[in-house]
Amino acid sequence: MAVMEFREAVRLAMIEEMERDERVFLMGEEVGLYDGAYKVSKGMLERFGPMRVVDTPISEAGFAGIGIGAAMVGLRPIIEFMTWNFSIVAMDQIVNHAASILYMSGGQFNIPIVFRGPNGAAGQLGATHSRSLEATYAHWPGLKVVTPATPADAKGLLKSAIRDDNPVLVMESELMYGMKGEVPEDPEFLIPLGVGEIKRPGKDVTVVAHSKSYHLAEMAAQELEKDGIEVEIIDPRTIRPLDIELIVSSVKKTNRLVIVDECAPFGGVASEITYHVQLRAFDYLDAPIVRVTTKDTPAPYAKNLYEYWMPRLDEVIEAIKKVLYR
Amino acid sequence: MAIVIRMPKMSDTMEEGVLVSWLKQEGERVEPGDVIAEVETDKATMELEAYDSGVLLKQVAKPGQAIPLGGVIAILGEPGEDISSLLAELEGASEPTPAATPAPTSPPESAPHPAPGPVAEPDGRPSTSQTERIKASPLARRMAREAGIPLEAIVGTGPEGRIIKRDVEAALARVRELVPPQLPRPETPVLLEEEAYEAIPLTPMRKTIARRLSQSMFSAPHFYLSIEVDAHPLLEARQRLNALSEVRISVNDFITKACALALRRHPEINASWAETEIRRHREVHIAIAVAVEEGLVTPVIRHADRKGLAQIAREAQELAERARNRKLSPEELEGSTFTTSNLGMFGIDSFTAIINPPNACILAIGAIRDVPVVEGDQIRPGKRMRLTLSCDHRVVDGAMGARFLATLKGLLENPLAMLL
Repeated sequence: MAVMEFREAVRLAMIEEMERDERVFLMGEEVGLYDGAYKVSKGMLERFGPMRVVDTPISEAGFAGIGIGAAMVGLRPIIEFMTWNFSIVAMDQIVNHAASILYMSGGQFNIPIVFRGPNGAAGQLGATHSRSLEATYAHWPGLKVVTPATPADAKGLLKSAIRDDNPVLVMESELMYGMKGEVPEDPEFLIPLGVGEIKRPGKDVTVVAHSKSYHLAEMAAQELEKDGIEVEIIDPRTIRPLDIELIVSSVKKTNRLVIVDECAPFGGVASEITYHVQLRAFDYLDAPIVRVTTKDTPAPYAKNLYEYWMPRLDEVIEAIKKVLYR
Repeated sequence: MAIVIRMPKMSDTMEEGVLVSWLKQEGERVEPGDVIAEVETDKATMELEAYDSGVLLKQVAKPGQAIPLGGVIAILGEPGEDISSLLAELEGASEPTPAATPAPTSPPESAPHPAPGPVAEPDGRPSTSQTERIKASPLARRMAREAGIPLEAIVGTGPEGRIIKRDVEAALARVRELVPPQLPRPETPVLLEEEAYEAIPLTPMRKTIARRLSQSMFSAPHFYLSIEVDAHPLLEARQRLNALSEVRISVNDFITKACALALRRHPEINASWAETEIRRHREVHIAIAVAVEEGLVTPVIRHADRKGLAQIAREAQELAERARNRKLSPEELEGSTFTTSNLGMFGIDSFTAIINPPNACILAIGAIRDVPVVEGDQIRPGKRMRLTLSCDHRVVDGAMGARFLATLKGLLENPLAMLL
C-alpha cells in the first residue's frame, strides 16, 4: 500500500496497463507535452513516447472517432476528455459508434476502448462546464460507466476498464484529483466492474452515493453519528452495470433509502436506483425513497446560487432524518 | 339478464377455492352441466359446472387466484349484453354473498376506518371523503400482516397518520404484554432475513394438513401403544390368496380388513370426541393415508368390515391412484371413523402418527422385518411387524386401546379368523 493522490492512482493504473500491454495508448487534449490539464498524465510522454501518448487538436468528435477506429483494428485506446462536458460534442461517436458497433456488426468488432476524464461540477464553471453525465451515458445499452470515489477505487476500476473488451467510460472529478488515500501497489489489483462496496456499515438508513457524492454522504453520516444514527453508505462504484443486489440487501436491512447524486434530477442515477429498489424491496420500505441531486436548472455561476444548486450537507442530513421520521 | 357465478362450497371444510384453469373461454356458449373451470379446494381439484345456459361474458377470476366462498368467478349472460354496471357494482361490493360467508380468514387491509370528522387535511385541503384508505408503509403493511394485527388496530404516527415500522412494533409490544408469559409467544417471522430461506407458497392441501393436524396434536391428548405381530401367517395367507385372486391383495389390505373387524368388536375405539359427548359410530369407515406429491390425503374405504379382501384391495388401489392424480371427490375423503398409515415400504420399523380428526385413533404400520425368533430352545427365522396405535385419551383409555390391539394381533396372526 502507498498513500497517493487520486490523479496519481489514475496515472499508475495507466502506466501499469501500458507496460503490461503495448496495444494500450493514451490520446487527448494536452495529455502529452502539458502533462494533462490536471496533471494526470504527468511524465507519461517522456516514458512512453509520442506514439503512445498522443496530443490531439481541440476536436473531441475527431479523436473519439480515431480511438474507436483504432479499437476496431486491435488497439486498446484510452481517450481522455479534458472534462466529460466536452464529450457532448463526441456523443455521436460514443453512443452511435462505440456503444453500437459490436451489435450492428453482428459481433464482428469489439471496441476495447476507455474514455475517461473529470465529470460533474467543480466550482463556479457555469452551466456548460458543470454537467454530470453518468446517467446520460449509462442510458445507452453497450456502454459501461464507472465512477470511482477514492484513489484505490480509481486504480482498480480503471485497470479493469482498460482490460475490458468493450467501451468503458470512467468518470473522475477535478475536485477529487488531489484527494489522498491508500492504494495497493500490486499491478494485478483489479476491482471488477459492477461490484459496489459498503463504504460505511450502519443499520438505520441506507445512503447510496457515488463519486464525490460519497464524500458528502460520509460527512452527513459523521454528523448524524452524534445523534446515534447509524448510516450505511453504499458506493455502487459502477453505474452500469449497477450492483443493485447490494443496494437492495442493504435496504432490506435498514428499510429506508436516500440517494445522493450530482446528476440533474430528471432521469438521473437516483431515479434508476429508485425504480429497482421499489420493485425488489417494496415490502421492506418504511418510508418513500428520497433523493438529493443538483437542482433542476442549468448550473448557476453566482457563488451563492451555485452552492445552493449543488447537493448540500444540510439537504442530505434532512433527507436522512425524513426517511427516519425524525 | 346476466348471471353471476360464485365460488360454491365444494367440501365441508372448504373456505376458499383456487381457480386452476378455465375450460370455457369468454364468448363461448355454456349449457347447464358444462364444466367451465377447474377449481382446487383444500381436498381435491374439482370441476365447476354451470347451472344455467348463456354465453360466458367475463372470466372474473384469474388462474391461480384464490377466491373465498361466494366470491365472483364468472359472469354468464346473453351475447353482447352490457355488464359494465354489474362489474362496477361487484367491484364496489366485493363482499361474498351472505349465504356462504365464512369468517374472514385474514384481516382486510384496506377496509374503511372511521373518518376523523370534517377536519382539514394537514396540507389545508378539506377532507373529501367520509372513508379514507389507511395509510401505511409497505413494510408496516407486511409486518402487520405477518403478525396478524389488523391495520385498523394500529395508530399511525407518520406523516398524515401513516402507519410505519415503529407503530407496528409498538402494537406488537402491546400484544406481547397481553399474552401471559408462560404461554409461548407468537412467532414474529418479520425479523428474519429473507435471504436465509426460500418462501414456498402454501397450497390449499398444505393449509389443510397444517390446520387439521395442529388442531389434532394440540387439542387431543395423544398416547401411544405399540405391539409386535408375527407376520408369517399373514404373508402365507396372502400368498395363497393371491394365487387365486384377480386383484393383488397387499399386506395393507389385510390390515385394513383386520382393523375393521377389530373395530366391530371394540366400538369404543370406533368413536369420536365431540366436546359434549363421545360418539360411537355405527359404521366402520377406514381412511388410508396416501402420500401424494404435495402432501398426503386420506381416502376412505367405507364399510370395510363388510367387504371382502379382494374388494378392499380393488378400492384401495383405485383410491390411491386417483389420490395421486388429485381426482378424489370430497365425499371420498370424508366420514372416516379410523385411519391407518403405513410407512413400511420406506423401511420404517415403527413410528407414531398424529390422529386424523375426528377419529379417536390412528394405526401406524411399520415394515415387516426378518428377525431371529426363539421357539422353545430353538432359534429360527421369523417375520415380525410393529403396529403403533395413537389414541385420543379423551375417548380411549390405555386398557381399551390395548384390548383392541390384542384383537387386531389375534386376527393378523390367524387370518382364517377373519372369515368368521
